[in-house]
Amino acid sequence: MAMLRAIFSHASGRIGGTIVVIYIVVALLGMFDVTPHNPLQQFRIDRLHAPNAVYWMGTDLFGRDVASRLMKGVGQSFLVGFCSVTLATLAGTVLGLTAAWFGKAWDALVMRVMDVLLAFPAILLALLIIAIVGPGTWTSIAAIAIVYTPIFTRVVRGPALSIKSREFVDAARTFGSSRHYILTRHLLLNLVAPLTVQVTLALAWSLLTEAGLSFLGLGTQPPASSLGLMLADSRNLMETAPWLLIFPALAIMISILGFNLLGDALRDILDPKTRSRPA
Amino acid sequence: MTPLLSVSALRVGFGRDPMKNEIVKGVSFNLDAGETLAIVGESGSGKSVTALSINRLVDFGGGRIIDGSISLRRRDGSVFDLAQANEPSLEKIRGSEIGMIFQEPMTSLNPVLTIGTQIEESFRLHHGLTGRQATAAARDALDRVRIPDAARRLKYCPNQLSGGMLQRVMIATALACNPRLLIADEPTTALDVTVQAQIMALLGELKRETGMAMIFITHDIGLVAGIADKVMVMQAGKAVEQGSLNDVLDRPQHPYTQHLLSAVPHFESGRAVRSDFHREETSSPALTVDGLTVRFKVTGGLLSRSPGSVHAVENVGFDLMPGETLAIVGESGSGKSTTARAILGLVRPTRGSFSTHMGSVADATDPSVQMVFQNPYASLNPRLRIDSILAEPVIAAGGRVNAETRDKMKALLKRVGLPEDSLERYPHQFSGGQRQRLCIARALMLNPSVVVLDEAVSALDVSVQAKVLELLVDLQREYGLAYLFVSHDMAVVERIAHRIAVLYAGEIVEIGDAASVLSNPKHSYTKRLISAVPSIDHRNQHFEIDTRQVPSLVRPPGFEPPPAEWRSFGPDHSARAEA
Repeated sequence: MAMLRAIFSHASGRIGGTIVVIYIVVALLGMFDVTPHNPLQQFRIDRLHAPNAVYWMGTDLFGRDVASRLMKGVGQSFLVGFCSVTLATLAGTVLGLTAAWFGKAWDALVMRVMDVLLAFPAILLALLIIAIVGPGTWTSIAAIAIVYTPIFTRVVRGPALSIKSREFVDAARTFGSSRHYILTRHLLLNLVAPLTVQVTLALAWSLLTEAGLSFLGLGTQPPASSLGLMLADSRNLMETAPWLLIFPALAIMISILGFNLLGDALRDILDPKTRSRPA
Repeated sequence: MTPLLSVSALRVGFGRDPMKNEIVKGVSFNLDAGETLAIVGESGSGKSVTALSINRLVDFGGGRIIDGSISLRRRDGSVFDLAQANEPSLEKIRGSEIGMIFQEPMTSLNPVLTIGTQIEESFRLHHGLTGRQATAAARDALDRVRIPDAARRLKYCPNQLSGGMLQRVMIATALACNPRLLIADEPTTALDVTVQAQIMALLGELKRETGMAMIFITHDIGLVAGIADKVMVMQAGKAVEQGSLNDVLDRPQHPYTQHLLSAVPHFESGRAVRSDFHREETSSPALTVDGLTVRFKVTGGLLSRSPGSVHAVENVGFDLMPGETLAIVGESGSGKSTTARAILGLVRPTRGSFSTHMGSVADATDPSVQMVFQNPYASLNPRLRIDSILAEPVIAAGGRVNAETRDKMKALLKRVGLPEDSLERYPHQFSGGQRQRLCIARALMLNPSVVVLDEAVSALDVSVQAKVLELLVDLQREYGLAYLFVSHDMAVVERIAHRIAVLYAGEIVEIGDAASVLSNPKHSYTKRLISAVPSIDHRNQHFEIDTRQVPSLVRPPGFEPPPAEWRSFGPDHSARAEA
């Protein structure tokens, strides 16, 4: 509760938080098929209709309702983004914590592998993985998760190294606390703040990566809808039917803006230098 | 004649609303040329802010002078109000008329530039010297602060010099332009006591040579006796007492000054040791350490062999009776903390054995030995509630947290003087002294017989220190605890120790009964250590400047030190024979 209040008393947190809440509601509605129309149904006589009272965002070349497809697409990209970031967070946290704790050869191995992964631009690495495994929703999730794991590994390892040498960890060792207890209660608990910020920001990036992959035809496959796919389809009709382009593009832009604003706000709120109360 | 510096009704505030956040609340004093004013106070009393306001460095820390004037008589005789001055004119005054040295010499110098370059800079800026002239001036400056072999040292980077040497470099830089006022902000707090004595001696000599005035800020009222002409005691932003050195020390008027002089442990050369414990040879020791040796291998490069190892602790042995305090004293790098950490299993010893009274070999999981750390801010996990923190040792020992444990927590909290509702709070809601009480309570959760206190009161303010020491003594009597008290502070050691072991370069050089060691030290290092301890009795005492360095502890592979020869000086007092 205190956290929510802090977010909503922060200027960009208020805007970002609102966008993210709306985004999640739309995504959930889309995922459970609560849409104005069936996103796959083709209203043949209403092809390429401009936005009106029946079709809020117009219809596409096949007479499908853009608003419904957009909601479905938001749901799809949220699913991919959420799952991939969850996987990346888990993998990155485990790798970063163990690298910091055990050090030496394991640390060197993990961090060099992460350096190699980080050397590639995100989208290129994802493309590479998909080219090997083949396109599909679950491949996109796995590919995006792998792409963002190094960032989480680094975000966890750095602070974990410094916390590891703090006196309360030494104190825990003098009591004979188990390794598991020290890693979870002392290290992980102190990493919650940087991780929260990172998760929020990574969600924004993963949405963008997912849209990019789908745009290239390597993410979500037709006839299922996704924002990137909708953008790809709209290219040829940009002049006659601009609504096909504008709405998905706006959806991507606003959602990424929302997550970024929320991430910035969380960073300010959780920064120990600006904080006066416990989180 | 107007004084060199005259501060009147100075008020300084911080933050967006300086009026509300007032740190210095109306301080006035005068300082004549050649005089030294010591400003004494605890942390947060506004002593540093007052000094930083004089050269207006306070502006960079977010402070603002709300009211008052700071008039400096300049070299040409004109009077200049620093409180109203603008930044360009202040830049001309800083360095050339007002020099400053800071607490941390390690962080006050740029680590990637040689010290020569850094000293030359002030000659270039203020005297317009260049090239060889500037280098020569820098060498003279180092000579002046008694750095041996100055020409070679100019090419050193800060990491190649010890803390004491770096502080000398800082002093040399500050004095480069012959300022008429030197502000020294706790210049020796980060240094060892023998180094502190040398820096104090140096400052005293330089003051006589140059005739400059000095403002000396310290929290240690014992330190001012050696250097100050006038003393100003500050508390909560106000100057509660000021006067000449002898007046303030001998006839303190304000209750706070009296408190500082009486509540704070002052070193009394062994006259204030405890006499509540006598060893009985029949009882078995609570902890026996035998032949403890810790060596850290120096890592070589990829292709070069390791050049040897650091012999951090070498053949240290002692025993500790129940109810007894053994103090391990020594300077930084003497191996005293490593000894403590090895006993707790935090450092793997190369050799040596420990045994507790149970006869078992002590290691990290032995609940009968517990530790309290130096920094109360770092030794409690900020994200855990106090009940979780106190439960940790119990969980680690395989116990369960039940009503009985909670009762024990409450009882211990009450015993160490904390309110019962502390259990539901977080560490940041407590002050430094209270946190150290929490750490003590945590160490007592498993009913240990030995508590290792690693500089346990060093990070606390002096008056808090005295109270925590009192608590420790009470707890020792109540539970029959044996303390291994690691400290660099002889005054504190005198109040708590029954026996003292002096560590120098990783080895015990003298061990014995506290009163005997402190009043009649036998080893030359112990003598040096004890004579360096500041005390209010050492009025304007002059130290010999001694630039001897601690010997390097890095030894070639396979090196074994020769066995020590001990001389006995009484029933419980022995020291190593010196060559």
